Amino acid sequence: MPSLAVTVIGRDRPGIIADVTAVVADLGGNLEDSSMTLLRGHFAWMLVADLDVSAEDLAARLAHLREDDLVVSVLPVGHDEPYAGEAGYVLSVHGADRPGIVAGVTGALAAHGGNITDLSTRLGPGGLYVLVAEVSLPGDVDVVALGGQLAALGRELGVGVALRPAESDVL
Amino acid sequence: MDPQRRHAPLPAVALPAGRVLPVLTAPDPGRVLDTPCADVDPTDPAVVALAADLVATMRVSPGCVGLAANQVGVAARVFSLDVTRHPKTRTTHGCFVLVNPVLVEASRKERGREGCMSVPDFTGDVRRATRLVVTGRLPGTGEEVTITTDAFEARAIQHELDHLDGLLFLDRVAGAHAIHPRTTYL
Repeated sequence: MPSLAVTVIGRDRPGIIADVTAVVADLGGNLEDSSMTLLRGHFAWMLVADLDVSAEDLAARLAHLREDDLVVSVLPVGHDEPYAGEAGYVLSVHGADRPGIVAGVTGALAAHGGNITDLSTRLGPGGLYVLVAEVSLPGDVDVVALGGQLAALGRELGVGVALRPAESDVL
Repeated sequence: MDPQRRHAPLPAVALPAGRVLPVLTAPDPGRVLDTPCADVDPTDPAVVALAADLVATMRVSPGCVGLAANQVGVAARVFSLDVTRHPKTRTTHGCFVLVNPVLVEASRKERGREGCMSVPDFTGDVRRATRLVVTGRLPGTGEEVTITTDAFEARAIQHELDHLDGLLFLDRVAGAHAIHPRTTYL
């Protein structure tokens, strides 16, 4: 059965997750992976659910959320994608905020086939921009050379860039 | 007092009265926070004055358990530390200043939450060694000391050593969800 990907974005309030999951449960669906956060106070949630209804039907059942200034989308996403491998590396970027930091640094990673498996960025009230990404790299990438290239790019952008092997907490 | 606490004070150092200096915050346009610091002469009166300034600045800053010289704009390998009041402290060497510190041994990493006066808007989860040996010199006498410590003092020393290498805790956070907004600074 294909899964459905649901995104819900908009003004935060208590009960959004309860409302959406009640609809999914009522349809006999099963929640799979999801991730929710607040981005500068805005609710942002993506979930993948295993449901025996069409994307259009689920969207219709969630239509009432739009009255709360929430943007809801539902897309079929086919069968499960295999899990991404271990991230392997953590990329940290921090410095004075300016346009193009993320584009520059992630572009350099992508040029080497680096895949970002998790990402968060934050802009502090004092103007400090921070990006932390978990990155998997193809086995043939020269990580030392890539780290040097990223550091040089960081100097151009006026930000600090560090690429380090991820350290596992697994016992 | 926590019976598990171990006090291992360093030889006493007489420092002059220090000045309270402004603390640099990231992003630092002068890039002093990003610059690896240089070794200095621990008997130089200017270094002794710097040591006193670090202690004075640390003392007036709520929650501050350590301060590196480049946080007050001086690119010298000097930091002050005092974790005696922190609840996570096991071993403590009291309030001290270390000049030209060198990491000798670090083992048993654990994850913990760190903040920094130079990064007032965020905290971060960082893996640090919980057993640590560092050497360095005391300001004034220049006496070489070896500090063998653990737990929170070990974490704080590693945080300061990173400063002296031009690194912030932001460079070491454990993953994409390891940075947290800080709404109040103690």
